[in-house]
Amino acid sequence: MPTPRASRASRQLQPWVLLLLPLLFLTLFYFYPLAAIFRVSFVENDASAVLPRLLSAGTLRVLGFTFGQALLSTALTLLLGLPGAYIFAHYDFPGKTLLQALATVPFVLPTVVVATAFTALTGSQSELRYTLGAILLAHIFYNVTVILRMVGGFWANLDPHLEQAARTLGASPWNAFREVTLPLLAPALGAAAMLVFIFCFTSFGVILILGGPRFATLEVEIYRQTINFANLPLAAALSLLQIGITLMLTLTYTRLQTGLARPLELRPQWATQRRPHHFPEIALVSATVLLLGLLLIAPLLTLITRSFGDGLHYYTALFENPRRSIFYVPPIMAIWNSARFALATTALALFLGLLTSLALLRQRLASGGWVLDALFMLPLGTSAVTLGLGYLISMGRPPLALRGTPLLIICGHTLVALPFVVRSLLPALQSIRPALREAAATLGAAPIHVFIEVDLPIVRRALAVGSVFAFTVSMGEFGATSMIARPELPTLPIAIYRFLSLPGALNYGQALAMSTILMMVCVVGFVAMERSRPLGMQTF
Amino acid sequence: MSFLELINIHKSYDSAPLLCGVNFAVERGEIACLLGSSGSGKTTLLRILAGLEETEAGRILLEGQELTHVPAHQRGVVLMFQDYALFPHKTVAENVAFGLRYAPTTDSPVKSNRVARELLVPKVEAMLALVGLEGFGARDVNSLSGGERQRVALARSLAPQPRLLLLDEPLGALDRNLRERLLEELPTILRQVGVTTVTVTHDQEEALALADRVILLHEGRAVQQGAPEAVYAAPANAWVARFLGLQNLFSAKVVAAHHVEIALGVLELAETITLPPPGSTGTVLIQPWGIQPTENGRLRAHVVKRSFHGSYYRVEVDCGGTSLSFTQGLRQPAPRVGMELSFNLEPAALRWLG
Repeated sequence: MPTPRASRASRQLQPWVLLLLPLLFLTLFYFYPLAAIFRVSFVENDASAVLPRLLSAGTLRVLGFTFGQALLSTALTLLLGLPGAYIFAHYDFPGKTLLQALATVPFVLPTVVVATAFTALTGSQSELRYTLGAILLAHIFYNVTVILRMVGGFWANLDPHLEQAARTLGASPWNAFREVTLPLLAPALGAAAMLVFIFCFTSFGVILILGGPRFATLEVEIYRQTINFANLPLAAALSLLQIGITLMLTLTYTRLQTGLARPLELRPQWATQRRPHHFPEIALVSATVLLLGLLLIAPLLTLITRSFGDGLHYYTALFENPRRSIFYVPPIMAIWNSARFALATTALALFLGLLTSLALLRQRLASGGWVLDALFMLPLGTSAVTLGLGYLISMGRPPLALRGTPLLIICGHTLVALPFVVRSLLPALQSIRPALREAAATLGAAPIHVFIEVDLPIVRRALAVGSVFAFTVSMGEFGATSMIARPELPTLPIAIYRFLSLPGALNYGQALAMSTILMMVCVVGFVAMERSRPLGMQTF
Repeated sequence: MSFLELINIHKSYDSAPLLCGVNFAVERGEIACLLGSSGSGKTTLLRILAGLEETEAGRILLEGQELTHVPAHQRGVVLMFQDYALFPHKTVAENVAFGLRYAPTTDSPVKSNRVARELLVPKVEAMLALVGLEGFGARDVNSLSGGERQRVALARSLAPQPRLLLLDEPLGALDRNLRERLLEELPTILRQVGVTTVTVTHDQEEALALADRVILLHEGRAVQQGAPEAVYAAPANAWVARFLGLQNLFSAKVVAAHHVEIALGVLELAETITLPPPGSTGTVLIQPWGIQPTENGRLRAHVVKRSFHGSYYRVEVDCGGTSLSFTQGLRQPAPRVGMELSFNLEPAALRWLG
């Protein structure tokens, strides 16, 4: 039997042992490539040229557009999302569960699929494709679920007695809302809006495909400067700007999110919801449901129907390898590539994620635990294109000459997926109160049975959620992959993008077909995830 | 005309009737207590009074004024929730000042005007003093204990001088010791202010201790109302008797004028009680004080259970297969389990419940 002192010492040692591999991974595939971007900017090129490059008219125009479209997208998303959040929080209506699930689907859809769906909606050949409207609509489509889930979820659990107490104390409905509900909702509202802003600010696939040559955000500009103009110094300088801004935005978001921790007595949702009764309520609910439904269904439905526009031809064409093919292999191989990369990513992300979660679980209570927490969330706030640029610069030569290898793609995807896996596993591990294990033990379960009957069932669901996250993230990853994928080794999103950039109905049709396939894979994953989602409230 | 009158209130949930024609009245300054099991619709009734739910039929009159369709904030009726619903983003003082700022006595609502807010300070201080929380104004409501939260909620509810105060299970969320102390304090504060109060509870002891008038809700109706002593002494039916915690209920048959037959034998009832014609069946209640153990009692029984309640014993005896229970003070030694004893029944303690 170990003495208390010895067991405490071994517990303190353990997190660092567990963290060894994850930290090594993070260093090689996150900090090393980012450092390479700094090196290109400040060491290999004239450091004093960084500022003039960033202050050029072209860069400022890109920056202005990036902020402008993000602001506009966020405002419009709120405009549609808030009524949605309100009715989801307060009413019970037929089809609610379906709409709720439907509203979450965009969140797991790869940007390439969403962008393709919107080209299908607006017509591929028409001028409509390259409009700000299409970009904004795609961003609303993508992010409305953030508002519904974060604000709606918080609102639904807000104690309705608070507003009612204000009413009986003499406040009119408007004053009760202004003085009680709004201030309590504000942190959730701010955090959700901030998250949408970050997503729109770092939007890449949507802008690249829907913006055409007319519109460029910082992300798209980094990609173009790298791929089209091979202007690495400018791309690196833009990346630095991108890193700085997203870091600030993410910090603001984190601060807003801690505001959510106000001690509130939250209510289960069934206690706060009812069916709409009067005409204005029914009108509000129907109008919002109709609008949301239309926004969510129309693009996806159009994508599917247009992918069958020539019978099954667009699909069968995926198996052919014409002489002047852009891929050297039948396009269907892209699906095989993506599937294998995604499986490898899932395995690697689960392994590293489990190690990280176990370490964080033990370290969290200790001082400085939050630093580790933040460290492993960093990739979430880093732009994928910047990461790709870092790989491009740093992995072309020893010590890590991995450029063009599947291993680099897998490691890149794992890095992006890791925060999602940790965020799925950690709460589940934390939710296992010691009392549960103790209760099982006093009821006669041996340690192995305690693990099988208590720990495993609780964590198993989180493991399933985490693996689906990792799999769909990998299947859909576009930003980083677009910078490092070899032409003969395309992933599904890369193949879709290449088909989209080519003229001709068959190429476009094949893009539609592949997008439909990718969408189906993600939707199946999403359904599996919803089924194994751990009980309790879901937050980002 | 009474101060508050509820006439024929109806409410159903998911097309299942909850309240089906509730009638009762409360006089000015009275503390009335709605008593009923959970799910009896008593909280819904409070919410209808507060204007948070609408009645499907019937009327509410306060001081003769029709209140039925007046919005919640214009009623001058304050509801104190069981969970207190203190605003977590406001201090204690801001919580208490809330209703003052919107009180109908002020000409226009005092919104974020700091000067006007300062005018409210003495009033807020006075309210906090009333509930024994002097100097708590600047505190964060989230740092308060359960009892303190209850007092802040009370101060906040009383501050705008409501015409009618509604309390939903005011002591329900507190632990037993605190509960007993506040059970003494609450009516004192309410009487000091003189506010007419309707409170809701499922705890009959709380109702009997708190109220000037109890109103028993059962199956969507007010089945009995009156002073606590009167209701306790003469329950209107077997449900009321059981709900008040009375035992010794027996099915009975009228055999002659003032005589009924139960399993124990034929009993004589007080002459003041009117019985249905002989042959009718119903329920007879024997009040616990009506069972008096004596040396040569008419009935014999043996003790099957005895429990100690601090100031008295509750004793359950078996009398030829019929179970009876009574209470006994601490002056005499309480009979032990298994002991034989004999007793008489006090005719005045017998009630015909129909």
